[in-house]
Amino acid sequence: MWDFIMNHYYEIAAVILFGIGFMNLLVQRNLIKKLIGLNIMDTAIYLFLAARGFVFGRIAPVPQDLTNLSAETFINPIPSGLVLTGIVVSVSTTAFGLALALKLYRRYRTLNLDEILVLSKKEREDKKQ
Amino acid sequence: MTNNPNPENKKTDQKLSPIRMLNKWVNGEELPMEEKDFELHLDMKETNHPVLTVRDRARKFRKVYVVFSICICVALISIMMIATIQMPPFGEVDVPTNNEVSEKYIEDGLTDTGSANIVAGMILDYRAFDTLGESTVLFIAVNAVIILLKRDPDNPDLSEEAQDRREELIAQSKPNVILKIMASVLIPFILLYGAYVVLNGHISPGGGFSGGAIMGGALILFASSYGFKKVSTFFNFKTFTGITSTALLVYACSKAYSFFTGANHLESFIPKGIPGAILSGGLILPLNICVGMIVACTMYGFYSLFSRGDI
Repeated sequence: MWDFIMNHYYEIAAVILFGIGFMNLLVQRNLIKKLIGLNIMDTAIYLFLAARGFVFGRIAPVPQDLTNLSAETFINPIPSGLVLTGIVVSVSTTAFGLALALKLYRRYRTLNLDEILVLSKKEREDKKQ
Repeated sequence: MTNNPNPENKKTDQKLSPIRMLNKWVNGEELPMEEKDFELHLDMKETNHPVLTVRDRARKFRKVYVVFSICICVALISIMMIATIQMPPFGEVDVPTNNEVSEKYIEDGLTDTGSANIVAGMILDYRAFDTLGESTVLFIAVNAVIILLKRDPDNPDLSEEAQDRREELIAQSKPNVILKIMASVLIPFILLYGAYVVLNGHISPGGGFSGGAIMGGALILFASSYGFKKVSTFFNFKTFTGITSTALLVYACSKAYSFFTGANHLESFIPKGIPGAILSGGLILPLNICVGMIVACTMYGFYSLFSRGDI
């Protein structure tokens, strides 16, 4: 058990962070807090990818000495590129979600999801009558 | 939430241009008219709100819901923990991810792409299609935010305009001298640093995304210290759409040759130059500049759209 924790502490931290974000996403009623939970989940994924790419004793893939390029010197560059992709997608989805939340707030004057659902239902019933 | 038909609304309704009608249809027919009734008063208080009863009803299912979501979350975490147990230890060499692909990127990256930064060479040459997708995602996101939040000049919201006027009055009565002087000192350096990070993306850590974010931050600082009107003298909606779509098109066109030839990595028409110099790396430098422009415009666009509904 102790060996497992010492060998995988970054991955364990990433899984726990993912759980915290997922719990936030499910349990919070405030739309902005839900989006914060989504961002925590994204952060967990970056941590996981960066940890998977790391190798002890190797340096970041930006060489200073251009004559000696061997695969034994540098860490895996692919997770770095994937983290970049993840950050961009996370920024985009967060902006879109916040815009939707702002739109909902302007219409119903509340960010609570329960209240928004009931208010919209009531609005629909008013329209039918 | 009363639905008072506004006399001004009817006037504007009668002379609708086709574009306006399409806009109305896209917005869901009555939406632009109805939104006027939801005036933005910051001190507005809801009376006889149905929410109180709603809260009682929601509270009943709340506990069940929380227990249910905790179960889902614990199940998810345990599945991922089991997956983590089977993974090789952190920081080891002999893991499946350190395979021949990353070896190829590291060993041949410099000769293939001419970029001293292996990650930049990877994302903008070997995996340039991926980065084009990223830029497109940002572009689509900012378009979606524009659709949602941009104010309609034909259908102005009176309360929002009043709020703008109030903010202008506050800005005039309280001139932020310290902020303005510090911003005027800092902004040139921030822009210069952003340009440095973008232009050095292929020989040092950095690149289009980080440098563009820094330049967008400089624009945001300018807007928050001097006001949006000053920014709109050199950066308005037209320049925004022009810069972002031109940069995206230039990116797509300059990489199109390798997409169409099956990404077989043909010789680019720009010479690779000496590795480590600014003018090296073939297409990577112009692609970095394109990405930086898109990101800078998008960052400022998000801020501007969220804070006042226009660019």
